Amino acid sequence: MGMLVSLRDWIDARFPLTSMWEEHLSKYYAPKNFNFWYFFGSLALLVLVIQIITGIFLTMNYKPDASQAFASVEYIMRDVEWGWLIRYMHSTGASAFFIVVYLHMFRGMLYGSYKGPRELIWLFGMMIYLALMAEAFFGYLLPWGQMSFWGAQVIVSLFGAIPGIGDSLSLWIRGDYVISDVTLNRFFALHVIAVPLVLLVLVVMHILALHEVGSNNPDGVEIKKNKDENGIPKDGIPFHPYYTVKDIVGVVVFLMFFSFVLFFVPEGGGYFLEAPNFEPADPLKTPAHIAPVWYFTPYYAMLRAITFDIGPLSSKFLGVIVMGAAVVILFFLPWLDRSLVKSIRYRGPVFKTMLALFVLAFAVLGYLGTQAPTDTKTMLAQVGTAVYFAFFLLMPIYTKIDPTKPVPDRVTMGGGH
Amino acid sequence: MSGDGVDTSKRRFLIAATTVVGGVGAVYTAVPFLASWLPSERAKAAGAPVEADISKLEAGQMIRVQWRGKPVWMVRRTEEMLAALPTLDDRLRDPESLEPQQPSYCQNEVRSIKPEILVLVGICTHLGCSPGFVPEALPQPYDADWKGGFFCPCHGSKFDLAGRVFKGVPAPINLEVPPHKYVSDTLVLVGVGEDEGAA
Repeated sequence: MGMLVSLRDWIDARFPLTSMWEEHLSKYYAPKNFNFWYFFGSLALLVLVIQIITGIFLTMNYKPDASQAFASVEYIMRDVEWGWLIRYMHSTGASAFFIVVYLHMFRGMLYGSYKGPRELIWLFGMMIYLALMAEAFFGYLLPWGQMSFWGAQVIVSLFGAIPGIGDSLSLWIRGDYVISDVTLNRFFALHVIAVPLVLLVLVVMHILALHEVGSNNPDGVEIKKNKDENGIPKDGIPFHPYYTVKDIVGVVVFLMFFSFVLFFVPEGGGYFLEAPNFEPADPLKTPAHIAPVWYFTPYYAMLRAITFDIGPLSSKFLGVIVMGAAVVILFFLPWLDRSLVKSIRYRGPVFKTMLALFVLAFAVLGYLGTQAPTDTKTMLAQVGTAVYFAFFLLMPIYTKIDPTKPVPDRVTMGGGH
Repeated sequence: MSGDGVDTSKRRFLIAATTVVGGVGAVYTAVPFLASWLPSERAKAAGAPVEADISKLEAGQMIRVQWRGKPVWMVRRTEEMLAALPTLDDRLRDPESLEPQQPSYCQNEVRSIKPEILVLVGICTHLGCSPGFVPEALPQPYDADWKGGFFCPCHGSKFDLAGRVFKGVPAPINLEVPPHKYVSDTLVLVGVGEDEGAA
């Protein structure tokens, strides 16, 4: 032991090892009342690690070349030892990432974790979400299947809707007049180098900002307001070992679900890996039914819902604006919410109703985005889009007039009330 | 760093000047990286015209050829198909093809050189999918009064058998008619217009 201690001291004199360990783990005091919803942050970190490791191994056999990409993925699936497992871990990991991140974001909405003083945590988190969408989009082109090709064609064409510069902008993104080998090659570079680097930096900033202000909790009580004589929050427990151990339980349960998908339904019923993507890209023929992967379908449904022109603005331009605004508006959540309380436990019926409607609208839009458009479905998507935006745009009003319950001084255990 | 005898305004000026010059340099350094994303010389050169033989194209049928990486459709329209076109005018956004989506020699009622042969770039003007060819005049889930045309599976845009866009769909303008000309009665050259010289 003596040698280990002196090794530690030797390092500490040259690198802040112990102080970092203490600041972020053994002396980072988190509220003691975390519940189920608090698993998803650490799970997101786990999935990020899974994606990076499996991704590195996939690049060892994948060829970012339009004439070889599809075959190299099939080679990984059939001929590379355990290649199928690594590939399915990566493709399942992409969907798992979004499931975990959506639940993590919903937790923030339930307990008002985005409200002051945690606005920057929310903003960094939203930037992670954006980077994740970019990462997923670039990655989806790489297998060079039919859905890869036409999905990329549609998304890149979205930029063409911007008046004036639109067409040159999509040309610049593609690097060619259509999605081609050039596009595939640059998307590969973005997917394996550029966006992952940005993601990692953002994750570090997200966690640093969190550890600066401290974690929120299901009661929305600031535990730093009640400290003992040593300056430790009375309702806080050290993250390590208490929450590291709790999170391991979460990891085990998560890996059970993850492994089930991996081994029994790796295509996720056509939602994680879409059927047309098992056909090589054909620039002459769009599949009869194209839809993005499930995690993009709510926004896709909003894009399709705009079928009418308003004055000089074409439905195409408006659709793109609505789709973009649906993501951007999430950034403003901390300033749209005017409620005096954070947690849903102490909010009134109006907020609870609106949040329920929002979740319902998001789920319905997500379903509609996977379906072929019909008149009824388009109308339903228009209603869903209206509800989605009403949740945000009316928020300054309804959070202000909504009656709230008194918030306790200390956190409560076992669900509050 | 004692403040004695330091000309702070001069120091501020030098800091600002260095920052501005450095900033300008950084911006110019970005130019080659951003410009490297533009289509390469090779991509620009790959736009050669293509020939298509339509001698075996039956009435009511369509063939696809690839030009500049894009699908180009050729449809031999029947008498009934051509007769149905004018009846749709009030349901279309741009029935007279006023938008410059076709060469001047195709800016007519049927948007073609020969009335029966339709030549179109098969890329939806909404978001770039390739619409499906639905020639039969039968009721469809997306249109009870369908007279035949093109339906885009991606976002539900509809076009008639002259590539003219319907109202109330996301696509803003008609499908593009590429520059093309007849080398012989049955040979179409796509990429070179009737009004241009040899390829």
